[in-house]
Amino acid sequence: MTRTMYEKIWDANLVHEPEAGSPLLFVDRHLMHEVTSPQAFEGLRLQNRKVRNVHSILGTIDHCVPTKDRFNIVDVIAKKQVETMTANCEENEINLYGMDSNQNGVIHIVVPEHGFVHPGMVVCCGDSHTATHGAFGALAFGIGTSEVEHVMATQTLQQKKAKTMLVKVEGKLPAFSTAKDIALAIIAKTGTAGGTGYVMEFAGNTITDLTMEGRMTLCNMAIEAGARAGLVAPDQVTFDYLEGKEFAPKGDEWPVAVEYWKSLVSDQGATFDAVIELKAEDIAPQVSWGTSPEQVISVTGVVPSPSDFTNEVKSQACANALKYMALEPGQKITDIHIDVVFIGSCTNGRIEDFRAAAELLKGKKVADGVQAFAVPGSFPVKVQAEKEGLDKIFVDAGWEWRDPGCSMCLAMNGDELEDGQRSASTSNRNFEGRQGKGGRTHLVSPAMAAAASVAGHFVDIRDWK
Amino acid sequence: MQPYIKHTSIAALMDRSNVDTDQIIPKNFMKKVERTGFGINLFHNWRYLADNITPNPEFELNKPAFKGAKILVAGENFGCGSSREHAPWAIADYGFNTIISTSFADIFFSNCFKNSILPVVVTDEQLASLMAEISANEGVEFTVDLEAQKVTTPGGLSISFEVDAFRKESLLDGLDDIAWTLKHEEQISAYEAAQRKRLPWLWPSA
Repeated sequence: MTRTMYEKIWDANLVHEPEAGSPLLFVDRHLMHEVTSPQAFEGLRLQNRKVRNVHSILGTIDHCVPTKDRFNIVDVIAKKQVETMTANCEENEINLYGMDSNQNGVIHIVVPEHGFVHPGMVVCCGDSHTATHGAFGALAFGIGTSEVEHVMATQTLQQKKAKTMLVKVEGKLPAFSTAKDIALAIIAKTGTAGGTGYVMEFAGNTITDLTMEGRMTLCNMAIEAGARAGLVAPDQVTFDYLEGKEFAPKGDEWPVAVEYWKSLVSDQGATFDAVIELKAEDIAPQVSWGTSPEQVISVTGVVPSPSDFTNEVKSQACANALKYMALEPGQKITDIHIDVVFIGSCTNGRIEDFRAAAELLKGKKVADGVQAFAVPGSFPVKVQAEKEGLDKIFVDAGWEWRDPGCSMCLAMNGDELEDGQRSASTSNRNFEGRQGKGGRTHLVSPAMAAAASVAGHFVDIRDWK
Repeated sequence: MQPYIKHTSIAALMDRSNVDTDQIIPKNFMKKVERTGFGINLFHNWRYLADNITPNPEFELNKPAFKGAKILVAGENFGCGSSREHAPWAIADYGFNTIISTSFADIFFSNCFKNSILPVVVTDEQLASLMAEISANEGVEFTVDLEAQKVTTPGGLSISFEVDAFRKESLLDGLDDIAWTLKHEEQISAYEAAQRKRLPWLWPSA
């Protein structure tokens, strides 16, 4: 019997499958942040239950952290959340890269930096962008707070087996197109519910050509296609990234681990419940125009009209989005002017992202009236970027160079759009109000965001000087 | 957890698709460390005018006819986006215990069952009929019977729905998930012992 990678990981982590009830899946790694965990700790206390495997948990504080004057959290409720996280981790002896740690940053950036996730693991976190870690060939998905409590108490989850979808991307990406553009192009094709009930495996030579950073960006957005998780088969790129990292297997265990990881890839001829294919050549730099990550088009395109959609629901969604976004059908994407530019988040807050943006910003200046800020995903990313002199390029171009955090991806920390402001953002969601009530978000890659900051509107970076 | 009991209640209509959890409970209201008190900010950005206090008369749930509704009938892909359980907490705290739609996002769907909320999946045609009946008679009461897996309406609709047997039982009895799982302590311990041998690098050295 041939099996897909998802099925192999499922089988390896299946603790028990009772005749009546739910299968129990073993959780190898549990990631934590301050927003979705306090009620879970409280639940444990009320029931007098203990954290089962403390070593399986790694925590950080990221959602509420100011990116300027970071210790000065003015919002008292947010401050309490940060203090509660710190106290809960201390009480339970959980490894926390807290506010005062030089390893602090966005959970999905920090965890890979330490080699905490390996191929074949089941990884969960009270955060939908846990999907990021599928880049390592780990089954990684977001859970609710009740499940956070369940994992702490039992090290398992009650899970139903998902269907499998193969997303195959072949060919060479056009210049300046990135993993972010692949992700957006896939979501444009599947829709935000297209992946519901599925685990997506990304395959094809375009995917294997991606760096680990690129694979993380891609898997990060699997949730935006509705998928429970995204997966990329582990290969030499994965092994090279992991080798030597703090939590990676060492010494004699390393080759044993690598052999095991190699055995996890989908078997030749394994069947998937659904298959979709994309040609890399077709993926130009993408820009979202609406209020859902599926409302995306190439930078060369125009804003669609509700009448372009035969599906009534999508047509209505288009009309609603255009109203909220204050856009007209037929408007060229490159004519859309922006007020704020944000580079950062668990989608695009890695060193590669800042390098790509800096490349375009060298010797340039931010357009009049545009506010631009760069938020590295973690302190290690920030330190590395500064070592390479990237911070100077940003600052010289008129950008703000901030401290790490989730920042304006979800705008919980005070970094937010004002009513009616329009952003070019490297984050993952363009929902109404996501970046501030009345704020209008366009999702793009870091290079597209950088160019937009200089031009004041979107540009096709392929022929931009 | 509260057991889910058969009930007849007002069904509120939300004719929107892709209602995401950022709309259900915007992030500025997620900073609490308790599970309670989120209802007042359910759908905040749609529900209130710019002063953040005055109810927006154009928002559907503010219609007097929907006051006290326990059933929410909404468009496809309900609950997409962020995994925040604050969304079902807000929905339950507001007073809903049933959501009817053609599809739900995975994490939200699972979170509902942890909070005594029943998500009911119906077909496109069934949803259209339910929505039409509410539109024609705002304030109409539907009956949801989980035991019989049926939604019935005064207009004569009788819609059977599927629900996972285990989840149904948990909802009906108000079961504690963790207690159920811990009944399998023996299997979990055996798994851990085997994994320590198979993948020793995942465990702290003894």
